Amino acid sequence: MAQLSYLSPSSVDDAVKALSGASARALSGGTDLLVQVRSGRAKPDQIVDLKRIPGLIGIRAENGGFVIGSATCGAMLSEHPTLSKIWPGIVEAANLIGSTQVQGRASLGGNLCNASPAADSVPALIAARASCVIAGPGGAREAAVETIVNGPGKTSLAAGEFIIAFKLPPRGPRSSDAYLRMIPRTEMDIAIAGAAVSLALDADGVCTSAFVALGAVAPTALLVAEAGQALIGSRLEAAALTRMEEAVRAACQPISDKRGTADYRTKIAAVLAHRAAVIAWNRAKEQA
Amino acid sequence: MSKQRTAAIVNGDPVEFLSDPGQTLLDVLRDELHLTGSKEGCGSGDCGACSVIMDGRLVCSCLVLAAEVEGCRVETIEGLSTGSTLHPLQQKFLDHAALQCGFCTPGILMASKALLDANPDPTESEARYWLAGNLCRCTGYDKIIKAVLDTAAELRQDRKSA
Amino acid sequence: MNRPVKPEDTGTILKVVGTRPIRPDGVEKVTGRAAYGADLHLPGMLIGKVKRSPHAHARIISIDTRKALALPGVKAVMTSADMPNLAAEHYEAGESASNLKDLSANVMARGKVLYHGHAVAAVAATSNAIADQALDLIEIVYETLPHVIDVEEAMAPDAPILHDQMFTAGLGETPTKASNIATKHRLDRGDVAAGFAAADVIVETRYSSAAVHQGYIEPHACVASYAADGQTQVWSSSQGHFVIRGLCAKLLKMRFSDVRVIPAEIGGGFGGKTTVYLEPLALVLSQKSGHPVKMVMTREEVFRATGPTSASVVTVKMGAKNDGTITAAQVDLKFQAGAFAGSPVGAAVMTSLACYDVANFEITGWDVVTNSPKVAAYRAPGAPNAALGVECAVDELAERLGMDPMAIREKNAVRDGVRAPYGPIYKNIGYVETLEAIKSHPHMSIPLGPNQGRGIAAGFWFNIGGESTVNLSINEDGTAIVSTGSPDIGGSRASMAMMAAEVLGIGVEQVRPIVADTASIGFSTVTGGSRTTFATGMAVVQAAEKLVIDLKRRAAETWGVDQDQVVWQDGAAHCLQAGKAPKGALTLAALAGSAGKTGGPIATVVALNAQGAGPGFGVHVCDVEVDPETGHVTVLRYTAAQDVGKAIHPAYVEGQIQGGVAQGIGWALNEEYVFSTGGVMENAGFLDYRVPVASDLPMIDAVMVEVPNPAHPYGAKGVGEVPIVPPLAALAIAVRHATGVRMHDLPLSPSKIRAAIDANAG
Repeated sequence: MAQLSYLSPSSVDDAVKALSGASARALSGGTDLLVQVRSGRAKPDQIVDLKRIPGLIGIRAENGGFVIGSATCGAMLSEHPTLSKIWPGIVEAANLIGSTQVQGRASLGGNLCNASPAADSVPALIAARASCVIAGPGGAREAAVETIVNGPGKTSLAAGEFIIAFKLPPRGPRSSDAYLRMIPRTEMDIAIAGAAVSLALDADGVCTSAFVALGAVAPTALLVAEAGQALIGSRLEAAALTRMEEAVRAACQPISDKRGTADYRTKIAAVLAHRAAVIAWNRAKEQA
Repeated sequence: MSKQRTAAIVNGDPVEFLSDPGQTLLDVLRDELHLTGSKEGCGSGDCGACSVIMDGRLVCSCLVLAAEVEGCRVETIEGLSTGSTLHPLQQKFLDHAALQCGFCTPGILMASKALLDANPDPTESEARYWLAGNLCRCTGYDKIIKAVLDTAAELRQDRKSA
Repeated sequence: MNRPVKPEDTGTILKVVGTRPIRPDGVEKVTGRAAYGADLHLPGMLIGKVKRSPHAHARIISIDTRKALALPGVKAVMTSADMPNLAAEHYEAGESASNLKDLSANVMARGKVLYHGHAVAAVAATSNAIADQALDLIEIVYETLPHVIDVEEAMAPDAPILHDQMFTAGLGETPTKASNIATKHRLDRGDVAAGFAAADVIVETRYSSAAVHQGYIEPHACVASYAADGQTQVWSSSQGHFVIRGLCAKLLKMRFSDVRVIPAEIGGGFGGKTTVYLEPLALVLSQKSGHPVKMVMTREEVFRATGPTSASVVTVKMGAKNDGTITAAQVDLKFQAGAFAGSPVGAAVMTSLACYDVANFEITGWDVVTNSPKVAAYRAPGAPNAALGVECAVDELAERLGMDPMAIREKNAVRDGVRAPYGPIYKNIGYVETLEAIKSHPHMSIPLGPNQGRGIAAGFWFNIGGESTVNLSINEDGTAIVSTGSPDIGGSRASMAMMAAEVLGIGVEQVRPIVADTASIGFSTVTGGSRTTFATGMAVVQAAEKLVIDLKRRAAETWGVDQDQVVWQDGAAHCLQAGKAPKGALTLAALAGSAGKTGGPIATVVALNAQGAGPGFGVHVCDVEVDPETGHVTVLRYTAAQDVGKAIHPAYVEGQIQGGVAQGIGWALNEEYVFSTGGVMENAGFLDYRVPVASDLPMIDAVMVEVPNPAHPYGAKGVGEVPIVPPLAALAIAVRHATGVRMHDLPLSPSKIRAAIDANAG
């Protein structure tokens, strides 16, 4: 770390300039970056702290949806009075990242851009159809969350680009989401598999839209279109759930590593998707 | 490589320190400010022995760069008691024998304080999940949880009678 | 849970022993003031760091340290060339004998590196950053060799050989071909062939467990200061500073009197800190640099280069009659020793059948070297591995016989008068009482729901006595200092003060216990082997009793009566002869204040080798729920009964039981060393080396059964190690009853359980 320097810009433009350097890394919560720098996996020359840029931390309602500053910590998400009611799946996913201590720092922006295939918040954001507001040398742009990560540890962001905020779309009545993951202990582990389901129901409880996204079963989080489609038009009867599980299993391309075998991950992804769908459906019925 | 200067408030006292850009808050607490109560158990945020409270949030000080602390309020184990009066959590830990080697104890006390500040009436399960980021290898957590729940009950009682 | 279960009432009323005073070192620990090894800072201190092998097995061709030494800020560099080349010599230290030549090569590789992470060189520099840079500048040329880590693979005839001069001992004839099997152990009794012939049912089964680490939260840390005249001081977080002194002195060929080891507070040990890793290196670096040197391991180094305990394979063949009498048992234990010989397989051989009165047995143990870190003691070393196999085999036998698991254990239980498998006749043991405590515990009547199962298992540990020295002195105001050489890893300071206070008849707050350094008190062996309350406690009691005799003499002199006219009661001398004591009783304070007039300071020392340590037995019952779709295991409830002799400080005895149970649960469910095909540990951190977290465990009900050991003044038996012995089997058996599947290979991770359920269904 002989060359390392630390910068804390107070404007988006200053941050863009600083991040345009070849060996600059954005710092949000630091719960991934600092571990990687210490282990030698990451060797940045410059660390650019985003947290003092106005708007990077905070949650606000906008245009019927929410805008979440990308450096907002997980604990703040769960403390927000309405976010957990409207997007319980996203909030519980973010709250599964690490420990209480990690929750006091870790952010959606960092979790996404660290680009681990097992990142807990990503499947829920994808299922929610969330988008990112990205700042860069070419100005600001928006992109769907599922376009950001293109491989383990790799993002599609260009030099100088960073995520300013996440946008959650407006939510109608009788809609909700859920996220479940499988870990060996009860806390603290990286997900062996994760599944997020976001759905909406009509007045009779029939599913009118559904999105299923998986984590830790492919190089990136996966949006499984067929799995969501299997639920549409159903009240989550056994046959619909079975079709969803088949679609989930077919979509998985996991590896076997020290955390789990490919076969196990595939089986569990289907189990988790089933259970998350049922939870989301029950939550949606409660939402007037 | 020049050092950077940071000013913060630690346990209520204004402090200034010099640090290398790569040094963490834990490094600075232990090596510059000589507050060795916060411990390094893993250096990667997995054990909680370095837990402190920063601007009201429980964090692992090994995952915070020293420079990030500029202008922040940091509370460490050294600030938990008032003069020679122990915080009720500290007293209950002693009463319940909720420590053996004592190495995880500072981190667990800070985490427990943050818990009771956020939730004065936790269930056993809520206490266990909140403290999941604090590893203890000696006690099996049993007496720790009992001490925390007992303290919560006592503090609620004090507030009622106050 | 709080009140110990007493099968007999001894009739003695104890005022201090058995109560729960606050520990004397408690305030400094809850305020963060207690000084552990890494907390010390000396003027001019340098930071020492170790360069470690990137290969699992390789010859060291050359080491060039010139560039490292030339880096500004680097004050010393060392390799094994800076340490004496020792002959093989056994030295009794810690919980096992060390071979000093092996130990020297483990702390700094000589000729060969034998595991990924093996120390090859070390530097001392003015900062962490410079020390790290210096390590990168050390140039080492290796010739890599094939490696082997799995214990059965290491035993195969074509396995890569770690030590050319290792010829298996214990085979009768010395072989001519080098092997990775260091020693074969064997314990026999009776005629197993006849025993099996007499059996109605025979079970043959195999169990395995992976290497696990003690997992203390404090990484190894020490500071060494070597003065120009050869006098040194070492501050070390260890379980036995006298053993640290002895090992450093032997490894570096120094006088014991020139090595003063000062015990820092220790953040967990569990056996893993009864040896040296950094201390000899810090001494050499301090000598070469002329400065004190601090060395602290990272968590990664702790995993890669210290401990762990042995991975093992245990095969059991056991036969029984239809009424449950076990007629014969054959146990074969293969233990991974790591890079050098010395796994705890010998103890495993001795303990494996220790709960069972079996007339015919054959127990074989294999100590096998492997390209993994040299194993270190871990809480009842060897016994949990053996108990996994034997207790599960007994459960399989019970199932085949249609017999209740408690009943089969009661049927074959050892009692007073039975000869232990390892030789002595059991006396004053409490195994049957401990079985009874579980049998009658409310836990056993709690109904189980779907996907839930209950597992019962027993366990044994010898507990040792050993050498302790205690200084006890009375201050001029009648307060006391009890000074021992036993580092406090579980609250023993409190117990020492309590026992001294009990004998002296004063309040425990009047007795200050301290742990003295190696220059301030005579020898004590390690705080380990569950010995401290027993052996050091025995010495404390004897010292207090000596002082009481002395105090009575002083009182008698003061009153002008014979000594048999004086009794000591409630902290004062009382005169039995009427009219001789005009001022009434003479308190300890009064006698202390006038000590100069009655012969001088009131102080004594007791140095002993405590005999008669009583073995301990534990019986555990565990309920689990297994999610059949994910294989996830939830521990619903856990009750651990243990024969503790006498609980001196019940809260700390409970703490030992609860802590040992938690470690056993981790060992059973999720902990394991995962090695890559290249021999590199893949999970060398607390993220993927999964010790139990608070939300993983329920409350652990610790039931203390008190069957006193008369060899100890208060009947205490060692308690620290027994509790880790039963959980491995208890969890495996519980999972069996929750899922219908017998899991043979620990850890019981969810993916393995799911796979086993699927295989069983298909």
